[in-house]
Amino acid sequence: MLFHTLRTAKARAGAVAAIAVTVALVATGCASSGGDTSASSSAGGNSGNLAITFLPKNLGNPYFDTSDKGGQKAVESFGGTFQEVGPATASPDAQVSYINTATTQGVGALVVSANDPTAICDALNEARSAGVKVVTFDSDTDAACRDIFINQASAEGIAKVQIDLIAKQIGGSGEVAILSASANATNQNAWIEQMKTYAASQYPGLTIVDTVYGNDDDQTSFDKTAALLQSHPNLKGIISPTTVGIAAAARYLQTSEYKGKVALTGLGTPNQMRDYVNDGTVTAFALWNPADLGYLAAFAAKALIEGTITGAEGDKFDAGDLGSYTVGADNTVLLGDPYVFDKSNIANFDF
Amino acid sequence: MTTLTPATPHAAPGAPREKPAVVRGLSAFVRARETGILLAVLLVIVVTTVKNPSFVFSSDGWRDLLLTPSILVIVAVGQAMVIITRSVDLSVGSVLGLTAYLTGRLFIDIPGIPMIVVFLAGIVLGGLLGLINGALVAFAKVPALVITLGTLYAYRGINVVWAGSDRINASDMPKDFLALGTGQFLTIPLLTIIALVVLIIAGWYMKNTRGGREFYAIGSDPAAAGLYGLRVVRRLLIAFVASGALAGLAGVLYAARYGTVNSQAGSGWELDAVGAAVIGGVAIFGGSGTVWGAAIGAVLLLTINRALPIIGVPDFWQRAVVGALIIGAIVLDRVLALRQSRRLLEAREETK
Repeated sequence: MLFHTLRTAKARAGAVAAIAVTVALVATGCASSGGDTSASSSAGGNSGNLAITFLPKNLGNPYFDTSDKGGQKAVESFGGTFQEVGPATASPDAQVSYINTATTQGVGALVVSANDPTAICDALNEARSAGVKVVTFDSDTDAACRDIFINQASAEGIAKVQIDLIAKQIGGSGEVAILSASANATNQNAWIEQMKTYAASQYPGLTIVDTVYGNDDDQTSFDKTAALLQSHPNLKGIISPTTVGIAAAARYLQTSEYKGKVALTGLGTPNQMRDYVNDGTVTAFALWNPADLGYLAAFAAKALIEGTITGAEGDKFDAGDLGSYTVGADNTVLLGDPYVFDKSNIANFDF
Repeated sequence: MTTLTPATPHAAPGAPREKPAVVRGLSAFVRARETGILLAVLLVIVVTTVKNPSFVFSSDGWRDLLLTPSILVIVAVGQAMVIITRSVDLSVGSVLGLTAYLTGRLFIDIPGIPMIVVFLAGIVLGGLLGLINGALVAFAKVPALVITLGTLYAYRGINVVWAGSDRINASDMPKDFLALGTGQFLTIPLLTIIALVVLIIAGWYMKNTRGGREFYAIGSDPAAAGLYGLRVVRRLLIAFVASGALAGLAGVLYAARYGTVNSQAGSGWELDAVGAAVIGGVAIFGGSGTVWGAAIGAVLLLTINRALPIIGVPDFWQRAVVGALIIGAIVLDRVLALRQSRRLLEAREETK
């Protein structure tokens, strides 16, 4: 189990390609030395240049295909030019050359999902000094390297939607357990705290009897699901706020005697969960809608280009079909409540 | 079930010939290293079942009891064959990950591909990756620990480049194939049957064939085996190809059982496989132990993993328990080896 601390793809790949690591280190080193460029350098700029370039973590990734489609729809709706570029693999510094090219092309705005919070900072700041507006979405960079960040969901929103979903599925009261990622996963722990608080205040009959950790590993999540079901005979529902966990739990439930008797919800992606939703193992689960995320990011870019907003807290802008948005603390815009996927809409998504 | 068979034919002290076969068989069974591990497995099952009867006496409980260790049993059998030749194959987790992803990709890219072709593809890819390990170890004369640590990362790196952030989902694979992962025949899961077949074939080969015995000879003393004229290189290659091919088979089954494969599938399995072999009485320096022991070790490892949360042991202690087991097994191994050599010395003194 020693290697479980080294589990991420980046860590593994990095360990293989020592050269890549060296490059990344150099890149981050440079970035931290130049990361204090002030936001004012990009003020002014070329208003009216609605050429917007989307730069996802990598191309060929269904999640970003969906978000970029949302962005394209938005850009076309306000008459701008949409362009999508990106590396084949999501390595830390792979996006730098694309950022430099976009800067040379003089695009109006770059919409980026960062592979690394610091490795692309220098390139982004160069772009901003050349008048390009920088919007990050899905995965943020250091706040000093972008004008605005489009955040997909808040901890409160994620906690609330999962408790609401499970409460609805089990009839408002009963024993519920949580199958999380690893015991020290920052996001999950924050959400679980919020879930407990929210459940206690809204659904007094609903008790969270256990929290177990599947370490975002299929087999472990499987076994933990089995153990939960066996050790809590009155269990009525499981919440798994992690995509690996919910898929493993669903796969276990699918062929288990508890199918249909124990409800399961959490955070998952439609492609992962399609089978389980269609055969009734899972009624509904949540995640944000990447298409909306891309759509909102495009409108934020437009507002920045046109000078409607500067990215300061309290700035308001219009985002087409999604309505009106206000910039929050840390130049961040929150997409809204997570999106609920169920049998009626899951066929519309492919990511 | 056999005793801890010493590698050299001369080493066995003369068993009393006058005793009937049944008694001899029974006493051999009682003294076998594997028996202790088997008792430990039974103890874990009994204690957990007393605490929570559904651990065995529910349809899910019974199925999981047999199903959960099956894939690791297959990997551990291959691992045991390699360890017996005084090598180690740390790349099995990465091989498993690669073949699991290959399985999903084949179903996506070639719609309607027959299942048997997918199985063969997985086994062949695993065997090839094993051959690379074996060739590097046998020809470059670098310790297997170093070589397979390298290929552990290299194979995983290939997997990460190939899969990226992409993922194989249950809906990408045919229903029949997924049913294989959880299906049962007379309440025995299909994966368990596959694992048993693999185990019986490997167990028979290692015990009864000349090739199998040569594995032990090489593991006991590689230099002596070479001088004696055994084809050490060829045996090493076979051991690594077997380990790779079994990890490849396990990868296909992994995809069938879990239904989700990402670029990290199977990470950490190498340690479980080595752990299973060591707990099961396969000496880490080669030359002794059986694939049966490794298989029982795998069952013990994963059954404990499942039992501890049901008994109510906190998550954080579970790994400590597994660690204690491995250390215990190695200490026991050492004690037994010392006692054995003392007995052999005494036997020699007596015959003088």
